[in-house]
Amino acid sequence: MTKFNYTAKDFKSAAEVRWCPGCGDFAIMNAVQKTMADMDIDHKDFAVISGIGCSSRFPYYMSTYGFHTIHGRAAAIASGVKSANPDLTVWVMTGDGDSLAIGGNHFIHLVRRNINLNLVLFNNKIYGLTKGQYSPTSDRGKITKTSPFGTIEDSFVPGQLVLGSRGTFFARALDNNMKHTQEVLTEAALHQGTSIVEILQNCVIFNDGIHDYISDPKFRSERQIFLRKGQPMIFGEQEDKGLILEKGKLKVVKIGENGITREDILVHEPSDDNLGLQVALINMTLPEFPVAMGVIRSVEAPVYDQEMKKQIETVQQKRRITCMDELLQSGNTWIVEGENCSEPVKFFDNKCFG
Amino acid sequence: MKNTKVIELEEVAIRFSGDSGDGMQLTGTLFSDTSALLGNDISTFPDYPSEIRAPQGTVGGVSGFQVQLGTKKVTTPGDLAHVLVAMNPAALKANALFLNPAASIIFDVDSFSGKNLEKAQFKTDDPFTELKLNDYSLIPVPITSMTKESLKELELDNKSILRCKNMFALGLICWMFDRPLDYIEKFIQSKFGKKSPLIAEANLIVLHTGYNYGMNLQHMTPQYIVHPAPIEKGTYRNINGNNATAWGFIAAAEKSGLDLFIGSYPITPATDILQALAERKDLGVKSFQAEDEIAGICTTIGAAFAGDLAVTSTSGPGFALKSEALGLSVMAELPIVVVNVQRGGPSTGLPTKTEQSDLLQTLYGRNGESPVVVLAASTPSDCFYFAFLSAKIALERMVPVVLLTDGFLGNGSEPWRVPTMDELPSITPRKAKNPESFRPYNRDPETLARDWAIPGMEGFEHRIGGLEKNVAGAVSHDPDTHQRNSEIRAAKVEKVVTMIPDLAVEGEPEGDLLVVGWGGTYGHMISSVQAMHKAGKKVSLAHFNYIKPLPANTGEIFSKFKKIVVCELNMGQFASYLRDKLPQFTYHQVNKMKGLPFSVHELVENFDKLLEA
Repeated sequence: MTKFNYTAKDFKSAAEVRWCPGCGDFAIMNAVQKTMADMDIDHKDFAVISGIGCSSRFPYYMSTYGFHTIHGRAAAIASGVKSANPDLTVWVMTGDGDSLAIGGNHFIHLVRRNINLNLVLFNNKIYGLTKGQYSPTSDRGKITKTSPFGTIEDSFVPGQLVLGSRGTFFARALDNNMKHTQEVLTEAALHQGTSIVEILQNCVIFNDGIHDYISDPKFRSERQIFLRKGQPMIFGEQEDKGLILEKGKLKVVKIGENGITREDILVHEPSDDNLGLQVALINMTLPEFPVAMGVIRSVEAPVYDQEMKKQIETVQQKRRITCMDELLQSGNTWIVEGENCSEPVKFFDNKCFG
Repeated sequence: MKNTKVIELEEVAIRFSGDSGDGMQLTGTLFSDTSALLGNDISTFPDYPSEIRAPQGTVGGVSGFQVQLGTKKVTTPGDLAHVLVAMNPAALKANALFLNPAASIIFDVDSFSGKNLEKAQFKTDDPFTELKLNDYSLIPVPITSMTKESLKELELDNKSILRCKNMFALGLICWMFDRPLDYIEKFIQSKFGKKSPLIAEANLIVLHTGYNYGMNLQHMTPQYIVHPAPIEKGTYRNINGNNATAWGFIAAAEKSGLDLFIGSYPITPATDILQALAERKDLGVKSFQAEDEIAGICTTIGAAFAGDLAVTSTSGPGFALKSEALGLSVMAELPIVVVNVQRGGPSTGLPTKTEQSDLLQTLYGRNGESPVVVLAASTPSDCFYFAFLSAKIALERMVPVVLLTDGFLGNGSEPWRVPTMDELPSITPRKAKNPESFRPYNRDPETLARDWAIPGMEGFEHRIGGLEKNVAGAVSHDPDTHQRNSEIRAAKVEKVVTMIPDLAVEGEPEGDLLVVGWGGTYGHMISSVQAMHKAGKKVSLAHFNYIKPLPANTGEIFSKFKKIVVCELNMGQFASYLRDKLPQFTYHQVNKMKGLPFSVHELVENFDKLLEA
């Protein structure tokens, strides 16, 4: 039984969507709107916050409350929104430049505090809105307008940053797999705490095809491994490949070869506080490994906005001061009276305050 | 008893001075509180180095606390001290220039030895001759050895014993000024009593030893009498500017029926505001210590978007970092208050010293045409009212407000007649009411304020942001829209003039010289103008709390005086703002960039020169 019977349409605004034709953002937006409709939460309680960049135009295309802010600061502004009103369902839409370069500090501190909101990180490994400069997720050697001879720096791996910041939830999806994206976003929405969803997104103009090798639907099951809670880490067209740990390292094995059976394959437990394995999964790259998709980590931890609320409630249960007048009169005060004293004058007297 | 000198004074300034670890701030504060409780009006000025523990015994590491008490309204902590307590030679050196002629100098004779003299870079072993202080009333007191002697029965280590030295000085000063010790005793008991009874006992013993020392050696110590000040009836408390600011916001939240949110980052000298608010979970304050200055204002903007009374506190360098986000709140037209407790700049500058040099940054330091309302508090206690008023303006006019205070106000304290909430005006936030007619940038035709619809309110769902918008809230790069909106944002700030009182003149409404000041210099300004007045000069004061917009009658007031002089602790920022806004007048200037407040003496001297010219 659903309370509201929303469809994705209920979350679309009348504004004309102005992303480039073929942009991966369209698919992501559809997945987000579908996910929100399925959450069965009152439409008025959604707030979508973004920074600056192509993906950050997102709030304008939503019919919810929205705030398109300034470059890099969406995480900080959303932190304020959610702390002020924990009853809201807050989503942050951001890109690799917005969140990992100019907003890197806010990003890691949001994750560390574990504020209960969902952050969708559109990772296209390029600056799109400024027309094609390298980003903090561009691979070493990438040739762009600001790196005509190739970059000489290594990139961030977003999942590493999240787990390094004590993140409680990290998931990965691809813009061309809407069904899976939606599945992952639903998990993110349900998680209590900061949920970071990295979506590998294609910039059709300035970095077209950057994720093609991973995302090619023809090789999806060979090049991607879909991790699901409680399921063995198996992939491949024939579902005959899996991951095991050998000498502390992940290794791809073939079921049925060298005596390997399904029982030998690692079972995915995102709710275990197993940082080492989860980082290893995040780090997997082609061609040695498939790229990990799905919810890689989802653990429980105290949630900042709830803790803030709780602390106020706890203090208030034992409070001795209940209002401003009592505060003003508290502590070291003394009374002045007597003949040579004058009558008190209100500060705002004779001034035009209503 | 034959030589006891009893001096009756209307006003007396006392300066406690020692190493930054000597506990001088506490000593000064306890003495001030005791005096206020006794009915004296007081004004205090803590003056300390930016290092927590600068090298011991050096002039750079000297920490001072000056308090002036009086039988009348005290408006400044005093230019020059009547009594100096110097715990070491460096303290003497640092303060030699700030003493009244014939001041009493109480010094710890035990610490005026070779090594300490060297550290303070004295060339001889006679620092008083070197500093030409021989004519002053020199009172050598063996503070260190008496402290040690009085505690020899207790099983205390040497370090803990030496940390009681300040209580000796405090006891002695209390005797000199005929202050009872009960308040201080209570403080010591509640601070150390439970945790370390031995330390409490030691402090109490030394406090009494100092007091008795004064009594027993009356022949060499003058005693001062300062009668209580006749003031307004009511309940009083001591308050510093930062606390008053914090409390003004809590009062505004209560008045407006909103929750109070502060997003902030620690920075000297503004940190106390965040601390004072973090303490008030009992009144529901949500305090968020952000990861940096930018997140401080950004969480604040987020909280304002979500419907809280949202404020952030900072000082100059932090204010610079907040510029871009402040511009966002101008564009999004969200009600936030930013407090800038100004300090010496540029860059890290003089973190613990006062200055008024952020005025132009506040008025103009953002990209684009980005007007905000600017207020400035002028005494430690009126920070309460101006914080309250900043919140009222922000909430009723949907506009960001910057409240300027400074290190002198923030750390300085004075007795304050506490108001009741009934005395404060109402605050009516502009909550949107009708979802049918709501559009994000619909405005009140009078005030130009837009309506505030917050997430969770049904039927008002809308989008705002940093991009230029049309009335419906859609992004618009239309040339006419930008022109119109730029004019509206400016006019909206100007229309706040209807919420602020006329500029008042202290003194005659016309005359030879109008002294103009703003913000935290008020105490020194009014004292100097009163001094001029007493001397029969036609000098009046116009002190500004409302910077943008300026009070409506500013030009009219200015036109009644032959000369105008603008005094400020910068190189002339308010003067140049006035030249821009009211170019028909000629503005003389008195400026000071020493990290110190004005002295009444230097102001009077400058005014005299102007009158003669």
